[in-house]
Amino acid sequence: MGERSIDKASLEMINKAAQDGIETAWDRYEKQQPQCGFGLLGICCRNCNMGPCRIDPFGDEPQEGVCGATADTIAARNLLRMIAAGAAAHSDHGRDIVTTLYETASGETQGYQIKDEEKLRALAVEFGIPAEGRSKEEIARDLAREAMEEFGMVKGTLHFLNRAPEKRRQLWDKVGVKPRGIDREVVDVMHRTHMGVDTDYVNLTLQGVRAGLSDGWGGSMFATEFSDVLFGTPQPVKRQSNLGVLKAEDVNIVVHGHEPVLSDMIVQAAKEEELLAAAREKGAAGINVCGMCCTGNEILMRHGVPVAGNFLQQELAVVTGAVEAMVVDVQCIMPSLPTVAACYHTRVISTSPKARFPGAEHVPFSEQTAWDTARKIVKMAIDNFPRRKKELVRIPEEKMEYMAGFSVEAIVKALGGSLDPLLDAIKAGQIKGIAAIVGCNNPKIRHDYGHVALTRELIKNDVLVVQTGCAAIASAKAGLLLPEAAEEAGPGLGAVCKAVGIPPVLHMGSCVDISRILVTAAAIANALGVDMSELPAAGAAPEWMSEKAVSIGSYVIGSGIFTVLGTVPPVLGAKKFTELLTKGAQDVLGAAFAVETDPLKAAGLILEHIAAKRKGLGLES
Amino acid sequence: MKEVQVDVNRCVGCKSCEIACAVEHSRTKELFNAVFEEITPRRRVFVQAAGECSVPVSCRHCEQAFCIRVCPTGAMYRDEASQTVLHNDLRCIGCGFCELACPFGAVARSAGSKLVVKCDRCPDREIPACVGACPTKALLFLTPEETQRRKRSALAEQMCLPEEWRSEAGGQRSES
Repeated sequence: MGERSIDKASLEMINKAAQDGIETAWDRYEKQQPQCGFGLLGICCRNCNMGPCRIDPFGDEPQEGVCGATADTIAARNLLRMIAAGAAAHSDHGRDIVTTLYETASGETQGYQIKDEEKLRALAVEFGIPAEGRSKEEIARDLAREAMEEFGMVKGTLHFLNRAPEKRRQLWDKVGVKPRGIDREVVDVMHRTHMGVDTDYVNLTLQGVRAGLSDGWGGSMFATEFSDVLFGTPQPVKRQSNLGVLKAEDVNIVVHGHEPVLSDMIVQAAKEEELLAAAREKGAAGINVCGMCCTGNEILMRHGVPVAGNFLQQELAVVTGAVEAMVVDVQCIMPSLPTVAACYHTRVISTSPKARFPGAEHVPFSEQTAWDTARKIVKMAIDNFPRRKKELVRIPEEKMEYMAGFSVEAIVKALGGSLDPLLDAIKAGQIKGIAAIVGCNNPKIRHDYGHVALTRELIKNDVLVVQTGCAAIASAKAGLLLPEAAEEAGPGLGAVCKAVGIPPVLHMGSCVDISRILVTAAAIANALGVDMSELPAAGAAPEWMSEKAVSIGSYVIGSGIFTVLGTVPPVLGAKKFTELLTKGAQDVLGAAFAVETDPLKAAGLILEHIAAKRKGLGLES
Repeated sequence: MKEVQVDVNRCVGCKSCEIACAVEHSRTKELFNAVFEEITPRRRVFVQAAGECSVPVSCRHCEQAFCIRVCPTGAMYRDEASQTVLHNDLRCIGCGFCELACPFGAVARSAGSKLVVKCDRCPDREIPACVGACPTKALLFLTPEETQRRKRSALAEQMCLPEEWRSEAGGQRSES
């Protein structure tokens, strides 16, 4: 594979880790080689105790599991369970936000307030909740209750589906994939993938799409929209990214994980004069709160907090020896962190009742005592500052400025109040189309290379790129989130970016904020009077690894948008199922998956797709 | 000369060797492409269950190779340089005598054909694919001498008593 990362700061810390005798994900990945062929191909089943069963991928015996399940049934069931886990993770995050809004409106939380009343009132109208003459708390309580209903759901379908174009909703009805409640679709997946229930890979796939849609247009969208109400709707902000944001003279706190509920409070607490004084007393110049992964994205979008890195940099942040506390909540937190931290002075502090890590300190977090807990955690970091092992400290110099905060509202504002200038640019061919590049890091592909190479190739060809998650952090570090990156864009996109003063790559938030991309795509489709599948748009997950990414893939396809995966999903041992995902889905949903591990070739696929869609809309290519 | 050796106690029956073997003998030599090849690649190692045990079985490249002796066309032959028993597709008539003669069931057929395939000990690789793929080191690539030494050394370790027990057990102290 050559070097493990394209990022100099990461390479420096990978070397330091080796010198310090620390194993990282890359080392563990090597030790896992060769990985199990049955697992890679998706044809092992552990769903009942007659198994485990495996199908021979080369046509030899056995071709069926003990129960008679074929490769297609097994791979489809396995993928469905990945979708369910991913949808559950996103949606449970959404539920936490909804609950926080409800409790805040009821005066039961500490330190939170409703920051975006305008958005709250707009959502109230959307949900048919009376807003006239009522306080924001009253409205928020009703809205949050309505949202809670949609998790269990008894009546009809999800409200946010109405944001999709009419044609898409009709297609969902026709195909039978309209979600009937957020939790229900996850439960349905777990039921039908149980031994002896659904064995038809086509029927299974449709349920996978439905569960995905319940995430994208349900759980994730609630997470985004209600976080905006609580913490403020993002507006463009500038700050810095990469491991170089850690400061030798400061108390460094890295907040890592996914939800903004705790991290937002830590950002506030770290500004408190009393705590700053305490830090100075311990010999530090200040308190430096940095983000990591999607928690990082949540707070950078709203507060312009520096972001220390993406998924594969979490261990490397600890390896700098300069992190006083790594504060984690849920999702994408490597179990290895306490082991790595044990070699330095770093305190790993877990906070969620759902996620505890042997070797970490646990400070239970609740919305009722959020402010006190946030202060306590900051204090723990301050107290740890004198324990820093000076001889082990090395902070890479690399840091890069970014511009982020592109919520849908911010994009509309940047365009002068409507999406029209964007539509005009697309129609005129200045901008050929839009590509959403999202997802994780994965040691199967050189760190950040998949994201950055694909992004560069697309903007060079006048494709506007929108990003979230670890992909967006990769772009931040590569300097692609700056208006000056317009120089790297093709002449059309470059000119538009310069005129409007935006980067050619727009950071739209955390992984639940892919819902912002759905909303944007739906708004464009509505403005053009077409289905989302007719748009010159594509999705890509060049370095994906998590089950959440599988859920995302299924709702992006389910929303009619062609998606290229950069790491191979565990399905290739099932021929008919693979055929369905990569071809058959096109006829049913108007979009299908492609798998391409070379990001430059992936760019080729996307450009080809965009050209075809432009032709379909009668636009010049 | 190194041979594929089996440590039966370590085989967990994962069949990783089977997949690696088929991939190594595919056109593309890459898992994700191999499963889509027109001529289905065949494995030449077989994980055989025996009660609670499982044993990977493949050609032993016998000194007295019955398969060579019964082959009417000379398709089955010994490669003098590597001392392995190899099979020449072009000469094979698919009679199956070698299959009958092999005491281990280590000769298999090509997909959709009577022509046979067997272990060639991966001539393009330093270590055979099956050995490289084994996650538990049940498959090893060692000379017979190394294998025997390994066994003797394991036995010796087992026999070696802690120092304080040695005189009671009748052993001799080096200083006495």
